[in-house]
Amino acid sequence: MVEVLGTTDERRGAGQPRVSDDQAVLQGSTTREGFAVLGHAVRREPGIFALSTLGSVLFAVLTVADAWVLGWSTDHVVIPAFEDGEIGAGLLWAVLGLFVGVAILRAVGIVARRLGAGIMQYRMQAHTRRAVTRQYLALPMEWHQRHPTGQLLSNAYSDVEAAWGPIAPLPMALGTVVMMVIAVAQMLLADVVMALVGLLVFPAVVIANLAYQRLASPLMTRAQGLRAEISEIAHESFDGAMVVKTLGRETEETTRFAAKADQLRDVNIKAGRIRAAFDPTLASLPNVGVLVVLAVGVERVTTGATDPGDVVTVAYLLTIVSFPIRAIGWLLGEFPRSVVGFRRTEAVLAATGSMEYGDRRIPAVEHGARLDVAGLQYAYDADAPLLTGVSFDVEPGRTVAVVGATASGKSTLTSLMTRLVDPDAGQVTIDGIDLRDLAPGALAESVALVPQTAFLFDDTVRGNVTLGADIPDEQVWAALRDAQADGFVAALGDGLGTRLGERGTSLSGGQRQRISLARALVRRPRLLILDDATSAVDPEVEARILASLRAGSSDTTLVVVAYRKATIGLADEVIHLDDGAIADRGTHAELLDRSPAYARLVNAYEQAAHEESK
Amino acid sequence: MSTTTAEPTSGTRMDSGEDIGAMDTIRRGVAISPELRDGLGTTLLLAVLASCGQVVVPIAVQQTLDQGLNAPGGPRLSYVVWLGLAAAVAIAVTSVASYAMTSRLFSTSERGLATLRIKAFRHVHDLPLLTQNTERRGALVSRVTSDVDQVSQFLVFGGLIFVVSVGQMLVATVIMVIYSWQLALVVWLCFAPLFLSIRYFQRKLSQAYGVVRHQVGVLLGAISEPVVGAAVVRSYAVEDRTQQRIDSAIDEFKAASTRAQRFTVVSFSLGGISAGLANAGVLVVGVLLGFTTDMTAGRVLAFAFLVTLFVGPVQMGTQILTDAQNAIVSWRRVIGILETPADLVDPGPDGQELPRGPLDVTFADVTFAYPDGPDVLSDVSMHIDAGTRVAIVGETGSGKSTFAKLLTRLMDPRTGAVLLDGIDVRDIAQHSLRRSVVLVPQEGFLFDDTITANVRYGKLDASEAEILASADELGLRDWLDGLPHGLATKVGQRGESLSAGERQLVALMRAHLADPDLLVLDEATSAVDPQLEMRIGRALERLMQSRTSVTIAHRLSTAENADEVVVVDRGRVVQRGPHAVLAAESGSVYAGLHASWVAQHGTA
Repeated sequence: MVEVLGTTDERRGAGQPRVSDDQAVLQGSTTREGFAVLGHAVRREPGIFALSTLGSVLFAVLTVADAWVLGWSTDHVVIPAFEDGEIGAGLLWAVLGLFVGVAILRAVGIVARRLGAGIMQYRMQAHTRRAVTRQYLALPMEWHQRHPTGQLLSNAYSDVEAAWGPIAPLPMALGTVVMMVIAVAQMLLADVVMALVGLLVFPAVVIANLAYQRLASPLMTRAQGLRAEISEIAHESFDGAMVVKTLGRETEETTRFAAKADQLRDVNIKAGRIRAAFDPTLASLPNVGVLVVLAVGVERVTTGATDPGDVVTVAYLLTIVSFPIRAIGWLLGEFPRSVVGFRRTEAVLAATGSMEYGDRRIPAVEHGARLDVAGLQYAYDADAPLLTGVSFDVEPGRTVAVVGATASGKSTLTSLMTRLVDPDAGQVTIDGIDLRDLAPGALAESVALVPQTAFLFDDTVRGNVTLGADIPDEQVWAALRDAQADGFVAALGDGLGTRLGERGTSLSGGQRQRISLARALVRRPRLLILDDATSAVDPEVEARILASLRAGSSDTTLVVVAYRKATIGLADEVIHLDDGAIADRGTHAELLDRSPAYARLVNAYEQAAHEESK
Repeated sequence: MSTTTAEPTSGTRMDSGEDIGAMDTIRRGVAISPELRDGLGTTLLLAVLASCGQVVVPIAVQQTLDQGLNAPGGPRLSYVVWLGLAAAVAIAVTSVASYAMTSRLFSTSERGLATLRIKAFRHVHDLPLLTQNTERRGALVSRVTSDVDQVSQFLVFGGLIFVVSVGQMLVATVIMVIYSWQLALVVWLCFAPLFLSIRYFQRKLSQAYGVVRHQVGVLLGAISEPVVGAAVVRSYAVEDRTQQRIDSAIDEFKAASTRAQRFTVVSFSLGGISAGLANAGVLVVGVLLGFTTDMTAGRVLAFAFLVTLFVGPVQMGTQILTDAQNAIVSWRRVIGILETPADLVDPGPDGQELPRGPLDVTFADVTFAYPDGPDVLSDVSMHIDAGTRVAIVGETGSGKSTFAKLLTRLMDPRTGAVLLDGIDVRDIAQHSLRRSVVLVPQEGFLFDDTITANVRYGKLDASEAEILASADELGLRDWLDGLPHGLATKVGQRGESLSAGERQLVALMRAHLADPDLLVLDEATSAVDPQLEMRIGRALERLMQSRTSVTIAHRLSTAENADEVVVVDRGRVVQRGPHAVLAAESGSVYAGLHASWVAQHGTA
């Protein structure tokens, strides 16, 4: 009683390819590479692999044993019972015991095989996901700007799933190899000629497999690329849902999505056709082999070269072999998808450009940090430098305002000062230490940036302010108070414990900015950099925030990117940035006095009001 | 300061689909994707034919033995050859049937699933903003990607083969009963525990896979968050904590998958034990029957082989049922999206068209509150004449942004109505409303494409010349020319290669090209430098002369230039009038706002 079916996860269809861009071009032997991928998994999880393979061997052996039990029962129980008209109860119990015993052991084998394979698969998925997401956190901002979120999701989920897909059918295939070896040996013992004829099935299987891999691989690669694109479009489109809605572009977005979904559908149907041809081909090869063996066998029997019994034996053994061949086919069928998925995750893991760190730390002292910016040069695009030769210094505890028109390079400057990016030339030093020499995490101990667009996590207010640091609630409240956020936080359902939803969707822009500010303040940074961080806050509230910043300013060096005169008025010095270079620096009064461009920029509201009243 | 309440996130929640039963899921699924029904009868016939392939070789072997090798007159070669050829033809036919069946199944299910995927995607966009926000983007993405993929597996290798298996099982039962009803009963009794436990396992599996699919959403959410917030994670050096959060999502997914696998494996292995019992039962009972009835050894042994015919499909069937749970749960999650009411319903063909030209705006006793929240706006009634420029001011949390959301029908009022040219916005056809009313939000989302492509969101067929003309009119040409590749500049993910101010400029150009009759600006230039902001302000004034504009403003410079200022405080309109008049009303809310504005910008 051969178990004629594999489980669905042991014989998945072709319709499951996912994943990412087209960097992964299939080349070389997919089969060899597929085994290499499995090799990684076996080396990583040898214990559970051994267990599930043992389970599978047990299952294979007991499948054979089942036939033996039936034979034994026939010879020792059924036939004697009918001949003698009586039978001992003990023998009947033995029959029951043998069948049930074999069945239970077989069940144990199934459990070990399938659960083992599942655990191995899930563990490998977890290993790779951990590695890939660590890489996401390690790779620089510049890499992230080139890789859409949807694609990264696809790498971490679908690629990983695809890569380790063949683990499910692996133990089954290996276990049945045992079955196959036994069967082949018995065939050779029975009759060498017929056995060799029967074994022609194997080269036929290899050819069928090669044809399948060659036809299916490019389709799998394409399908996986499309899946990543679908994920990208979905993520971006849902992210921009409000724009889509307010401009009434639902239909256009759906068309954009549907185009890719339809392409994926067509590729999957094509791949499915190949799979649909491969499965019955593989199943029928041993069957055809049996028929040929029968013909050859009968011929040999008539010439007296062999016995009828041996014909039956070889034919029967060949049918037994068909099962391992199919099980191995399910394994090989997974390879194209697996290889592409594995390459995609490897590409992420191999991506370079992660930031190099030193091992220095900034000594902790009570007063503000000293900031030196020397000869900074930076360009996203070689033709269009964003910053050229920017140099300035800020004495501890002082406040400097960076003022400049939209697109003059202010935000880039703040990114460089907090080492979100490294300069092409020049350096930024804090207390005399180049940022690139600092140990990982050392910069954040002393420096905090409040970005232009507040980013909140799907976490509580407390979690968003502390970011997991061990900070007592009183200090959290104090920071919220300084950021003028205590009032609305207190009014939230659960105060500090209120969850804010993904990216803080439940709050207004101004509220998000204030939580983001409190996040910086609670750390009591020695250098605080505000990148137009209160743009969405009411003037009145902003005035109060500024007052509290001024009150605590001696311990903190402050760099503010600002437009409002009240904010600029806080500064000991103003740096006027124009087109990526420092146009002038001095006190607000000095600049107003000598720089018409500066005056036009900061007095724009007044002038407008003035013109209006004329 | 007046405090504000966070918008409760409990809008109409996204339907998780958990309440939909298995059969119901399939029925609704097929209704959504009618392609699944295409040619089902033919495919079923092919499946039956293909399943006959399994018996070709056993019959051929048996015939060869009995009629060929052990024939009375010695081995008959020609008979064996003819038989072999016939069997080869049978194998070819059943293989072709199998190919045809599987490729037809791939074709119908992939077509059906593409339809499902596209419908679900579209429906997400049709949901109210509040509902969209109840689920993380990553989780939403999983519903239109990996969840749909899970269903495909079941449709190709599950559904139909299950039907065939049940058929085979019934046929085997009938044959068994003909052979011996007593032994057939024994077989059924041995399998009874399995059949009885199926429901239990199905329920357990459904729960277990429900957790698995949910964890996929959690996992994608956990990964996408730090990817989107990469700058914050880096500048606060919270990589370790972030990684812990991701790791725990990874581990929870692993644990959930393992748990589901445990149930799968146990329920599957039960089938094998039942088969062992059945085999033993048939032999033992057969022997015992031999003592009292006409049962013979040959019949008992024949019956033992019949049991195989029964066991095969039973195991296949239970296996499919087990695996089906994963697919059903995923299917349900996708259907769940479609079952979530799009409660801002497009009036459809009954919708009225707005006339082109400046619109007048009426708020009639409008009260608005988020679900389970206090009133954000209470009994607001006001009229804005066509062609006027109105600024709405008020403290953070006063409710001023709600005006923008109601005007653009991102939300509907709880009571009262918002009317444009006297037509309730709920009665206006969506396409007409979107064409006539455009919102420029504070954080204008940009797509990862060029500036041209982003601007064309406002007008799909805008030519480059038109776009440049628009930039000229808004006074943005200098900025545009300063970009590395002008209009062809790529803006990056969510527009993040540009600064916040620049993103606002692109959003403005987009709105300008859309050529609305009512323009709603919600702090649309808050991140732009003052000089440019004033220049844009003046340009907009010119451009909006023949239209209506409503500006939500916290920079009072905007209010100063508006025809009329509406002051909102704690959800009510407390003052209305031109800037000069309101500013003079000492002690008023507006006078207070204005004083602090002057304090900030007037100090030279």
